[in-house]
Amino acid sequence: MKRVALYAAALGFTLFAGFPFYWMLITTFKQNRDLYVGASDLSHIPWIFNDPPTLEHVKLLFGQTDFLRWVLNTLLVVAAVVVITVAVAVPAGYSLARLAGRWGERLGMGIFFTYLIPPTLLFVPFARLVSVLGLQDSLASLILIYPTMTIPFCTWLVMGFLRSVPWEIEEQAMIDGYSRLAVIVKVAPRLIVPGILTVIVFSFTLVLQEFVYALTFISSVDKMTVSLGVPIALVRGDVYHWGALMAAALFTSIPLAIVYNVFIDRFIQGFTMGAVKG
Amino acid sequence: MAGIEIRNLRKQFGDLPAVDGVNLSIRDGEFLVLLGSSGSGKTTLLRMIAGLEHPTAGEIHIGGERVDGDVPPRARGIAMVFQSYALYPHRTVFQNIAFPLEASRTPRNRIEEKVRWAADMFGITRYLDRYPRQLSGGERQRVALCRALVRDPKVFLLDEPLANLDAKLRNTARDDLKQFQRRIQTTTVYVTHDQVEAMGLGDRIVVMEHGKVRQVGTPQEVYEDPVDTFVATFVGQPPMNLLALRDASLPPGTLVGFRPEHLLPRNVFGPGEELATFRFAVRRVEYLGSDRYVYGAVAESAAPEATIIAKLPGTIPLTIPEGETHEFAVPRRLLRYFDADTGLRRRP
Amino acid sequence: MTSRRTLADREDVLGGVMLAPALAYVVLLVGVPFFLAIALSFSNATAGSLSFQWTGLGNYAAILRDPIFLRALRNSVVVTVGTQVLVIILATAAAQVFRATFRGKRVARFVMLLPWAVPVSLAAIAWTWIFDSTFSVINWTLKATGLLHGWLYWLGDPALALLAIIIVQAWRIFPFATVIVLASLSSIPQEILEAAIVDGAGFWRRLFQIELPLLLPVVAVAVLFGVVYTATDLGVVYILTGGGPANTTHVLPTLAFQRGILGADLGQGAAIAVFLLPFLIVVAIAMLRVARRAEVGGAAR
Repeated sequence: MKRVALYAAALGFTLFAGFPFYWMLITTFKQNRDLYVGASDLSHIPWIFNDPPTLEHVKLLFGQTDFLRWVLNTLLVVAAVVVITVAVAVPAGYSLARLAGRWGERLGMGIFFTYLIPPTLLFVPFARLVSVLGLQDSLASLILIYPTMTIPFCTWLVMGFLRSVPWEIEEQAMIDGYSRLAVIVKVAPRLIVPGILTVIVFSFTLVLQEFVYALTFISSVDKMTVSLGVPIALVRGDVYHWGALMAAALFTSIPLAIVYNVFIDRFIQGFTMGAVKG
Repeated sequence: MAGIEIRNLRKQFGDLPAVDGVNLSIRDGEFLVLLGSSGSGKTTLLRMIAGLEHPTAGEIHIGGERVDGDVPPRARGIAMVFQSYALYPHRTVFQNIAFPLEASRTPRNRIEEKVRWAADMFGITRYLDRYPRQLSGGERQRVALCRALVRDPKVFLLDEPLANLDAKLRNTARDDLKQFQRRIQTTTVYVTHDQVEAMGLGDRIVVMEHGKVRQVGTPQEVYEDPVDTFVATFVGQPPMNLLALRDASLPPGTLVGFRPEHLLPRNVFGPGEELATFRFAVRRVEYLGSDRYVYGAVAESAAPEATIIAKLPGTIPLTIPEGETHEFAVPRRLLRYFDADTGLRRRP
Repeated sequence: MTSRRTLADREDVLGGVMLAPALAYVVLLVGVPFFLAIALSFSNATAGSLSFQWTGLGNYAAILRDPIFLRALRNSVVVTVGTQVLVIILATAAAQVFRATFRGKRVARFVMLLPWAVPVSLAAIAWTWIFDSTFSVINWTLKATGLLHGWLYWLGDPALALLAIIIVQAWRIFPFATVIVLASLSSIPQEILEAAIVDGAGFWRRLFQIELPLLLPVVAVAVLFGVVYTATDLGVVYILTGGGPANTTHVLPTLAFQRGILGADLGQGAAIAVFLLPFLIVVAIAMLRVARRAEVGGAAR
């Protein structure tokens, strides 16, 4: 009896979480005449394929829209932001964890709190800043601004990660004849590799998710990222190409979901660590 | 090779004095053990000698040269073994041992030679190609010692290197360590909370408590002539018995101390011995194989409920029924006297 | 043999050099804009020209008289609170389910993570389709099962639209909250729970008197993140309703965007956005206090 309740509950939660994705999937491959049947027609069951599946929406998405262009733009921005974030946040996290002494804790907290300042508070001044710099409607504006989200969190992540790595190996290297700098260059990187990996994945997913800044800075269709272009530019006036829209959502979600699934435990560690230590 | 001079050394963590005015002379070639419970400041002291912590005040001299302040760890001529051994996880045993030699830009063939020599000394030559995670605790410990050895340090610093070994291994590891130190004759500072290790290894023992040195002496001195009640009860298992006697011949406020193994039934002593005799009410006898611990109370005590322990060797085949009172005695020459207020030793 | 300390040994110098770029980024591109946002809210700056004048509290006075703003403020509160309540209930329940072992758990876990992984804007567009006024699969299912007789205009009716927004926000956040609760559940020492079982505590007593109090700090943090995610989110509302119908479903971020960016009135946009701030600060402080108190209590035990 208890098992039945357990399975029922598990099924319920899974259905709630997964339902929109099922809907993306079935919409992507449905023929239009199967898709656009009013919900008041109870004889037509929308949950299943009433007509054979089709690739027409997928072809439309890849052939007649800027979707691939957006994918390319997104990857470009992701790559640049990841490089900037790793280059800035990893040394900073190391410095806070290992070098800054008693100041490290407080500075780290301070930097982390800036992560809580939401984009919705900053997009107005950023809009001004971006136009003053002449970067409006360019990928460069995103590359400049996105690290403001990734750097605080990743600095905190690296700092927390290093706390869980014992000091002793680096101290041993200092006794073994290396200067502090040599330890940082020769010994520390090997110890931080998992932390760096997490930083990369986190920056990657954050950039893919971001919508507000892209919406604020980018207006030309060919400069858009996936998360902006799909909901904004795939809708022509009032005409929603639901098949193509859902195809785009599906093809973007799946790789991300796989990445999340692999790195989930590390994220949680980062969050709970950042949370409870204080 | 070098001795170490420590003068008025202090280390403050916030409001907390971790090391509080330590003076210490460590002789060249000596095996010195810092003994104390956790929080006694022993590890902080060791880390200051290593240069991993900066002293708040005071001086450290290694081999006649002042090193506190401006000399980084790498330049102090020390080697250190951590409790966790701190082996580089991504390097093989060979590369681990070679690491300090690479730092000093030793030529390739010379590195090879030295690593093999050290590995041979510790019997780990066949593990040279393995990674630390493939080794047992005892093997890791020996790798760490090897790595310390190849630097030809002036001083060895060891931070509880046996604490992570299981009990069976610990005895042989202790013996190996002592033999090794005798052979290379390098000044060694060894931190432990385990008094058996301290007694077994140290040429001298430094007993620390609350950042202060309570006593410095050979194991025998520390055990037989503790300078205060702290050392008397900290060193020795079971600890020294401390009694306030109702005895008019003693100045008021005097505690009498004696080791449990010296409190024996009256009749085992020969006639020539000058004895202090007690009426010992036996509450319980604990059989421990080679010894028996006898728990009870002494009627002559000002606090007659206080538990007193006698440790009877298995060679005394006496049966002692629980619940009865027996005559026990301690040779007078083995009694130690302390001031009840200050805890310090008092001459009788 | 002894060499003196060089620059390469100076922890303070190395620490400063390594920290400087991050600090510069945070100060210049978060700190300065943050204060610029506050400053703009006291000005009549527009996107068109660089010159502006200080208007004091003018923007605030204007928006406080504006029924659309007051509606948006109320909506923000309703959505944020509603979402958190839903999320806490869902996440605590889901955590109880997912700590058990059952067949297909790996698959279920993967699916549970999907809402968190997918970009907000893409999820929102999928939900827009699900809530479509003509083709809504929800309506079809409700009618087919006989639960609904009339018709639900999900995104056309202000009350229903708010409900839709809350559902989407909760859907987006509860997997994350579940995972956090699960992680901290597994950090409760097994012995404590076993001791409670031996002491005769049943499931509900264990849940309410042992697990939830021990979970409190982590739940507080999950709620903090949840509040920040919901209160500051623009994407879901922007895509789902665009603030409509007739500006009834705006929340503060969408209204700020509409006035500040689309309407080019930077001053008023900033003023609306800044209204989020006290809201967030209060929540942050409250949650940190709960977390810390619970932690201190835990340490004292």
